[in-house]
Amino acid sequence: MSALKIKKGSNSHSAYNLRPTFSDVVERHTLAVLVENEPGVLARVIGLFSGRGYNIESLTVAEVDHTGHLSRITIVTTGTPQVIVQIKAQLGRIVSVHEVHDLTVEGASVERELAIMKVVGTGDKRVEALRLADIFRANVVDSTLESFIFEITGAPEKVDAFADLMRPLGLVEMARTGVAALLRGD
Amino acid sequence: MSKEMTGAKMVVQALKDQGVDTVFGYPGGAVLPIYDEVFQQNDIRHILVRHEQGAVHAAEGYARSTGKPGVALVTSGPGATNAVTGLTDALMDSIPIIVLTGQVPTFMIGSDAFQEADTVGITRPCTKHNWLVKETDALSGIMHEAFHVATSGRPGPVLVDIPKDVQFATGKYTGPKAMQSHYQPQVKGDLEEITELVAAMEKAKRPVFYTGGGVINSGPAASQLLRELVDATGFPITSTLMGLGAYPASGKNWLGMLGMHGLYEANLAMHDCDLMINIGARFDDRITGRIDAFSPKSTKAHIDIDPSSINKVVKTDIPIVGDVAHVLEDILKVWKSRGRKTNADAVAKWHGQINEWRKVNCLAYTNSETTIKPQYALQRLEELTRDHPSRYICTEVGQHQMWAAQYLGFEDPNRWMTSGGLGTMGYGTPASIGVQIAHPDALVINVAGEASWLMNMQEMGTAVQYRAPVKQFILNNERLGMVRQWQELLHGERYSNSWSEALPDFVKLAEAFGAKGIYCDNPADLDDAIREMLAYDGPVIFDCVVEKHENCFPMIPSGKAHNEMLLGEAETQGVIDAKGSVLV
Repeated sequence: MSALKIKKGSNSHSAYNLRPTFSDVVERHTLAVLVENEPGVLARVIGLFSGRGYNIESLTVAEVDHTGHLSRITIVTTGTPQVIVQIKAQLGRIVSVHEVHDLTVEGASVERELAIMKVVGTGDKRVEALRLADIFRANVVDSTLESFIFEITGAPEKVDAFADLMRPLGLVEMARTGVAALLRGD
Repeated sequence: MSKEMTGAKMVVQALKDQGVDTVFGYPGGAVLPIYDEVFQQNDIRHILVRHEQGAVHAAEGYARSTGKPGVALVTSGPGATNAVTGLTDALMDSIPIIVLTGQVPTFMIGSDAFQEADTVGITRPCTKHNWLVKETDALSGIMHEAFHVATSGRPGPVLVDIPKDVQFATGKYTGPKAMQSHYQPQVKGDLEEITELVAAMEKAKRPVFYTGGGVINSGPAASQLLRELVDATGFPITSTLMGLGAYPASGKNWLGMLGMHGLYEANLAMHDCDLMINIGARFDDRITGRIDAFSPKSTKAHIDIDPSSINKVVKTDIPIVGDVAHVLEDILKVWKSRGRKTNADAVAKWHGQINEWRKVNCLAYTNSETTIKPQYALQRLEELTRDHPSRYICTEVGQHQMWAAQYLGFEDPNRWMTSGGLGTMGYGTPASIGVQIAHPDALVINVAGEASWLMNMQEMGTAVQYRAPVKQFILNNERLGMVRQWQELLHGERYSNSWSEALPDFVKLAEAFGAKGIYCDNPADLDDAIREMLAYDGPVIFDCVVEKHENCFPMIPSGKAHNEMLLGEAETQGVIDAKGSVLV
């Protein structure tokens, strides 16, 4: 059983679909890469992207199968369809890579990201920040009389939207985990 | 079955169990325990090179001429960094080699110890895979997996970095059979795609086979199957620099090499074909020229074991991922089962067209009675060595390399060793030694330019020490010929740093090494001089002084299409525009 819990798709939805339509439109794809958790494996993946001039918008990595020593790397990347196909093929030839899945083409997927934001302010701004946090279902994980740290989870767009609202209210610092993603359904 | 032994002993044992008979190497502090084990056995022969780059190129020459993986053993730090060019060369040309490096002890890694380098970090982008062995128990498994990875799928170089304490410590040795690897590339092609290709072959009016190093890498069976398919269909065939010999140069469907300095008929056949069957080649920029004008009217099929090669450069209509031999076998099976059909009338007309192109005689050159033309030197070398039962040719990189590809004919695979992808000057001398060590009785010739040859000339010491009778055939034009040619064509004849001042006396140099030196600058003496080289039972440096300003034609200038070839000097004025001049 794959630690990715992704069903092997038909050929037309394979990560190795070899018949792309070559268009110039830049697309955003979320890739799930299952790798052997060994020293240097992340450097191999990142080195591939920098060496061949591919983009990384977001990257997360952690071991997901402790017995099999497999890590899951979730990469959000952009490129023309030809570049995206190349990225997947190039990832596939790294010896430490077990599986490459393109969550953007293999079916509907869920993307989540966690962010923590420090918002400094007093008076009305402080009250407004707290009210908006409630609307976005962000939690307060630390508080002083002049600051909050909010924790928010959601799709990257939701995190962006919350950050945009917090900026005029005193957002001073933010940390984001990057995207984790899974295909929907079973 | 597992046995207790030291890490150093495991290395030697694993090499033996993998069938290795030769290791090219250079000792140093961090590999002394392994060298101690090498000393105490007689199954594996160690060839002491003069520079680690030489060890890797020699291993490449060994691998390419035998079809078996080559092995190099070097020390940590500078030993490893000197191996980097060879590793990159092997990666670009998909040559299976295993490079073993010593490393400082595990407890000193990261402390900037003497002769410490981050070898796995440095070599990560220039190996197919690499390993740092952190415990002795893991060593034998990694050694066997290294051979598996280097030789499976698209072959390539691997590196195993072994800290000195891991070599000294004792652990459990396991044999090759216990090796487990999830790395199992697909070798069988998709039958639906293969059937689609066969259907296209049946209808094709102007088909061409475009073959590459993948045919050679797939093994002798692939070359046999290719010959059967080409001769049965009667389709013309051209090959990249890397694939020469897979189909015999004397074969009736042979068009000669294609590409930047390929033959007129081969390049025009590529440009005008309606079905291009790429077998184990990768649409390299030396082949395609201008991409948007590359073979505009053809359906393109691409057989490659590496999925990333497909659609990387040129859009493929019929992609087939698999090993060349497996796929060719299936193509033949399907084609035969469907009645061995081809569009014979149209293909005959196509051959007629190709014969018209052939009449251009694109390799013609103006000979001289006073100066040796490099083309003439190679024609004479071909004439005098063609019938040798086991002739192996290596080259350096530059004009002489292209002339060798044009004027020498290869009848069998694994007889032609040249640095294709990386274009490594200094490749040929050590490679020729690697070939000669693998084939002691063969005639091994390194066709060289004097500038390339100087880059690894220290390896003549290796040749003399091991009585490897390699023939270094140097076309000496006292120039970096290809650089000079490009400066003439696109830098207004400003020959910046492209001539070889202060060259050594090659005959004296040969004698200083304990080899034989031969000098020739007169066309009338050339045959006798070549015969003298061939007759001598030992390494020879042949200083063949040739015309200094000869250009290599035909040529597709950078940024031009296949049908915009230059055939000779008269056509060279202002041929490369501003856009083309930024290309290499």
